[in-house]
Amino acid sequence: MSQKEIHVIIERQDRQDAQPYTEEFRIPYRPNMNVIACLMEIQRNPRNSSGKDVAPVAWESNCLEEICGACMMVINGKPRQACSALVDQLEQPIRLKPARTFPVVRDLVIDRSRMFKALQRVKAWVPIDGTYDLGAGPRMAERDRQWAYELSKCFTCGACVEACPNVNERTKFIGPFAISQVRLFNTHPTGEMHKEDRFEALMGEGGIHECGNSQNCVQVCPKGIPLTTSIAAMNRAVNRHALSSWLKR
Amino acid sequence: MANQQVNRDFLFRRLHSLLGVVPITLFLFIHLTMNAFATKGADAFNAKAQTLESMPFLPVIEWVFIFLPLLYHGIYGMYVAYTSGYNGSKYSWGRNVMFTLQRVSGVVTFIFILYHLWTAKVLPDGPSFDMVQQILSNPLQYAFMIIGTVCAVFHLANGLWGFLIHWGVTVGPRAQRVSAYVLMLLFVVLSGVGVSALVAFHG
Repeated sequence: MSQKEIHVIIERQDRQDAQPYTEEFRIPYRPNMNVIACLMEIQRNPRNSSGKDVAPVAWESNCLEEICGACMMVINGKPRQACSALVDQLEQPIRLKPARTFPVVRDLVIDRSRMFKALQRVKAWVPIDGTYDLGAGPRMAERDRQWAYELSKCFTCGACVEACPNVNERTKFIGPFAISQVRLFNTHPTGEMHKEDRFEALMGEGGIHECGNSQNCVQVCPKGIPLTTSIAAMNRAVNRHALSSWLKR
Repeated sequence: MANQQVNRDFLFRRLHSLLGVVPITLFLFIHLTMNAFATKGADAFNAKAQTLESMPFLPVIEWVFIFLPLLYHGIYGMYVAYTSGYNGSKYSWGRNVMFTLQRVSGVVTFIFILYHLWTAKVLPDGPSFDMVQQILSNPLQYAFMIIGTVCAVFHLANGLWGFLIHWGVTVGPRAQRVSAYVLMLLFVVLSGVGVSALVAFHG
């Protein structure tokens, strides 16, 4: 597909509390461009399609190879990574919007703090720090390692949170990714030692019970993480934990 | 303590899920099967209705196993429908459409059940073939009864699909796909049973 120009329509916002507006840009086509390359071109020559000089469009990106998660934005209606969105495979005009489930900082830059708070709440880590050498941990079965590795690919981009209908201003749902991370760290032989804490967190405010099985998360996850499988597996584990901990009282 | 407040949300939601199956799904199975006796004629239906009406401790059974669970499931369901977001127009994947339909059919069923209780339980004096026939003689009421029955059965079948996930029975994508097919078959069959009774009443 060879074109002279790429037509990009961007939903912009100057400040966190400012009104959003759309602005159109026409960018000279080069082969093999991705959306980040388009944004870089606008940065180099920040002039909109009516020829007016404007402030360059702000966005976030780091790795440019779909492993950091920073450049997630809504591209032609779907939340995805801008780095792996190739112009040749996109319908034009290319419409870029910030993921508005999150607070928009400026243009396409969003504030993902809520995701990191959610990871803190569910204790998405393996605690190994101590005052002395704890030695080697228990080994993990290769069979489990293989699927757990898939869950570890989550880079907190927020696509699942953006697509989930139950993440909205009326709920406090922490989002699909956090539930999958509980499954990951509860599978880890050392992480498992704190599994009850994570179950309790999933039973807490905005926890696993807020999931309504729309299954949008698994559709949009750029890493193909089986989020809905994680949610169902955690439903089973959390319900069992709830019942057994109540019977032990 | 804050933690107890939040655990309550979890319990309320799981209770909502559980009551939808035990006893409400079981009740609807019995209810629609009993109605289907109308296809065998007025006498067959009236005999079955008599048997049910003459059950011992009927008010207790009705309140504990039908009205109270329905009331809880219905009112909490309205809250769930209110707090859910709807983005089916943006993301039209099958499951997301079903997510919306589940909530829409729930609201329709809730209104339908209130109407149905009022016209068939509160106003008349005991169920009989003639009583139902009289209600259905009004074309609007006949249409609403069919819509309400189909919505209720859809909500039941698709709700069971969600129940199997909420209780961690169907975990993987294949299991969830197969259960969806089986439950949609149930939707078709049970709708058929329910509507066939209405057609028989209507005559």
